[in-house]
Amino acid sequence: MLNKNFYLILIISLVFAISFWIGFNVNLLPAEASINAPIYDELFKILFIIGLIIFIGMTIAVIYSLFKFRKRNDQIGDGIALEGNLSLEIVWTIIPSIIVLLIGLYSYNIYDRMGGMKELNHNHEMMSSNTEKIWAGISQNSDNEIAINNLSIEVSAMQFAFLFNYPKGNFISGELHVPVDQKVSMKMESKDVIHAFWVPEFRIKQDIIPGQPTILNFTPTKVGKYPIICAELCGPYHGGMRASIIVEKESDYNEWFNKNKKPEVNL
Amino acid sequence: MTISIDPQKTNNESLQPKGWLRYFSFSLDHKVIGIQYLICGFLFYLIGGTLASAIRIELASPMSDFMPRDVYNQVLTLHGTIMIFLWIVPVVNGAFGNYLIPFYVGARDMAFPRLNAVAFWLIPPSGLMLVASYFVEGAAQAGWTAYPPLSITTPQSGQIIWILSVLLLGGSSIFGGINFIATIIKLRRPGLKLMQLPMYCWAMLGTSLLVVLSTPVLAGTLILLSFDIIANTGFFNPVLGGNVVVYQHLFWFYSHPAVYIMVLPAFGLVSEILPVHARKPLFGYTTMVFSIMGIVVLGLVVWAHHMFTSGTPPWMRLFFTIATAFIAVPTGIKFFNWVATLWGGKISINSAMLFSCGFIINFVFGGITGVALAQVPFDIHVHDTYFVVAHFHYIVYGGTVFIIFSSIYHWFPKVTGKMLNEKLGISHFIITFIGFNLCFAPQHWLGLNGMPRRVAEYDPQFQFVNQISSLGALLMAISTIPFLINVFLSVRNGKNAGDNPWNALTPEWLTSSPPPVENWEGEAPLVEEPYGYGKEISEQK
Repeated sequence: MLNKNFYLILIISLVFAISFWIGFNVNLLPAEASINAPIYDELFKILFIIGLIIFIGMTIAVIYSLFKFRKRNDQIGDGIALEGNLSLEIVWTIIPSIIVLLIGLYSYNIYDRMGGMKELNHNHEMMSSNTEKIWAGISQNSDNEIAINNLSIEVSAMQFAFLFNYPKGNFISGELHVPVDQKVSMKMESKDVIHAFWVPEFRIKQDIIPGQPTILNFTPTKVGKYPIICAELCGPYHGGMRASIIVEKESDYNEWFNKNKKPEVNL
Repeated sequence: MTISIDPQKTNNESLQPKGWLRYFSFSLDHKVIGIQYLICGFLFYLIGGTLASAIRIELASPMSDFMPRDVYNQVLTLHGTIMIFLWIVPVVNGAFGNYLIPFYVGARDMAFPRLNAVAFWLIPPSGLMLVASYFVEGAAQAGWTAYPPLSITTPQSGQIIWILSVLLLGGSSIFGGINFIATIIKLRRPGLKLMQLPMYCWAMLGTSLLVVLSTPVLAGTLILLSFDIIANTGFFNPVLGGNVVVYQHLFWFYSHPAVYIMVLPAFGLVSEILPVHARKPLFGYTTMVFSIMGIVVLGLVVWAHHMFTSGTPPWMRLFFTIATAFIAVPTGIKFFNWVATLWGGKISINSAMLFSCGFIINFVFGGITGVALAQVPFDIHVHDTYFVVAHFHYIVYGGTVFIIFSSIYHWFPKVTGKMLNEKLGISHFIITFIGFNLCFAPQHWLGLNGMPRRVAEYDPQFQFVNQISSLGALLMAISTIPFLINVFLSVRNGKNAGDNPWNALTPEWLTSSPPPVENWEGEAPLVEEPYGYGKEISEQK
C-alpha cells in the first residue's frame, strides 16, 4: 500500500500535466495577424495554464470531499472540530500573492512589449504642431518596428459606420487598406456617441470617443481581410457596425492608394 | 449599552395584520420584510429571466429577426438593470439580511424598523415604473451602464424613468445599509462579542460599508446625467464641452463595488450553510473576517479596470491591474477555507450543499477569468465582448444566484416550518448546473474569437456556438419549474421540519419554526460558538 503523499503528488502532477497539455494544444484564439497578436497569445497561454491548474485542482478537491467525506447512513455525530490551521492559512495567502504578483509583472512586461507604456504624444506626426490633448491608446514598441515610414490615417466613427481618411492621398474610404509589415498610426475621433475599434485578429481595441481623440498604432503581419468591429454599444444598429481591414502587399496597397488619390485642391 | 424592548404588546403591533395579509402590509417585522424582499425579488427574477430568454432567442440566429433592434437594446438594458437592482442586490442584502441579522446579533428586530419597511416599499414601485417605461416611449436602451452620449441621445422618457427608478433603488439600498450597520454594531445582545458573530454578519457589515460609501456617488452621477438629458447641461455631453470618460469613472466607482455588494453577502451565506451540512466548524474564522474587510478596501480602488480601452493613461492602467489582481488573494483565501471546511466533515449531500458546491466551482472559474481580465493587455482584446459577459455571469449567476437557491433550500424550513422535497431540489440543481455551464462556458470562446457584447446580429460563423448557449439558457429556464413546484407543494403539504431540522448551532435555529413575532419567547440565547460542531462529542468523551 502506497502512502497518501504518493497519491497526492500523483494527482498534482496529473493536474499539471493535463493543464499544460490543454494549454499548449487547445487554441481558443483567432488567427494572429499583427505583431501584437503573438505577444498576446503568449500571455493568454500562460494565464490559461495557471487558470486550468487552479480550476481543475479546486474542482477535484470539492468533488473528492463530497465523495470521501459524505455522511454514510450509519454515521451519527459531527466531523472533526477543526477550526483552522494558521500555517496552512499563511501558505494559501502567500502562494496566491506570489502568483498574482508574478502574473502582474509578467503582464506588465507583455504590455510594455506591446508598447502600452510608451508616451503617445511624441511619435505621432499629426500631433507635432498641435497641443490638443491626446488620450492614450495602445501604441507599440519601437524595438518591434519593421516599418520605415509610418502610415497615418484619421478614423472617424459615427452611427453606424467607420470612415478612414488618408490625409496624404486626400481621400476618404469606407474600407481600411494597409500595407503589410508597416506601422500604421491612427488618430480616431467619434462624431456622436462612443464607439470602439476592434480587430480580433490583431488583438487590439480602442474606444473612439467624442470630444477626445484617441490613438491606436499597430503593425499588420499577415495579408488578408479582417473584420473591424464596433465593440461599444452605440445604438440600435450596433451589431451591424462593422467594416473591413484589408492588409495587402505594398505594391497592391500602392496601386489602390494611387487609384483613389485625389489631387490637392488649392482654394 | 442595553436596549430594552417594551415587553407589553404595544398598540403598534395590534395594528399589524396577521396571516398572509401581513406580507402586503407596511409590516415592521424584520422577518416579514425579509420575505417581502425575497418574493418581490423572485418575481423580478422571473421578468429578468424572461428578458434573458428573449435575448437568447434573438441570438439563436445571426440575423436580427426576433425583435426590432431598438427593442433588443431595451431588453438587454432592462435585463441587466432588473437582475442587478431588483433581484440580486435586494435578495442577498435585503431578504436574507433582514431575516437573519437580528437573529444573529440576538435582537428582536432591526435597529430602525420603519426605515426598514420604507426601504422595502421603495422597491416595488420603482421596479414597476422601470418595467412600465417600455410602454411609454420605449424603455432605456443605453445598457445598464447608461454611458453618455448614447444615454443622452436615445429617447428621453425611457432614460429618465430608468434614472429615477435606479435612484429610488439606490436610496432603498442606502437605507438598508445604514440599518444593517446600526443593527450589527449597536443591537448586539449583551455579552456577544464581534468576533463571535456568524460570518454573514461580517459580510453584511462589509457590504453595507460599501453601499453607504459608493451608492451616493452613483446617485450624484445619475442626477447630473438627468440634468444633461432634461436641462441641456453639459456635464457629460461632449457637444457642450462635457467629458464622457468622467461619467465612466463616477459610474464604476459605484458599480464595481456593486459587484462586491452582490457577492460578499453570498460569501457570508455560504459560510453559514457549509458548516451546518458538513458538520464541521467554519475553517479559519479570523482570516475570513480579514479577507472580507480586505475585499471591501480593495474593492473601492479597482473601478478603472472597466475602462482599459477608454483611453486611460498607462500608469493608471497599471495601478488598476495590480489592485484588481490582488483581490484574488483575499477571495482565494475564502475559497480555500470553504474547501477546508468540507475536508474531514460528515457531509449531507442535499440541495443546499450541492448548490453551495456548485457555487464554489462556478465562482472559481469566474474568478480565474477575472484575474485574466484584470491584466491590461489581456483585457484590451476581450473588453466589451462575450468573454466579459461569460465572466460576470459566472460571478453573479454561477456565484450569487446559486447561493440564493442554496440559501432558500437551507432556510425554507425555518421560514415555513416545512421541508422542501429533496428529489425535486436535486433535479433543480442538476438542470441549473448543466444549463448554466452550457449557456455561459461557450461564450468565452465567442468573445475571444470576435463576438462583441450587446449585439442583436453577429457573424454567421458563431451561429452553432450561440445555439449551444441558447440551449443552455432553455435548460436554465426549465430548471425554474421543479423549483416552483417544490416551493408550492412544500408550503402546502411539506414534511414538518421541526424547529431545527439540520441540528444547526446558529441562533436562528434556537427558536421555533416559523419564529414568533419578536423572535424568541424568552430572552435571546447567547451563542458564543455559532460553528462549534464536533465539540460536544469530544467534551463528552
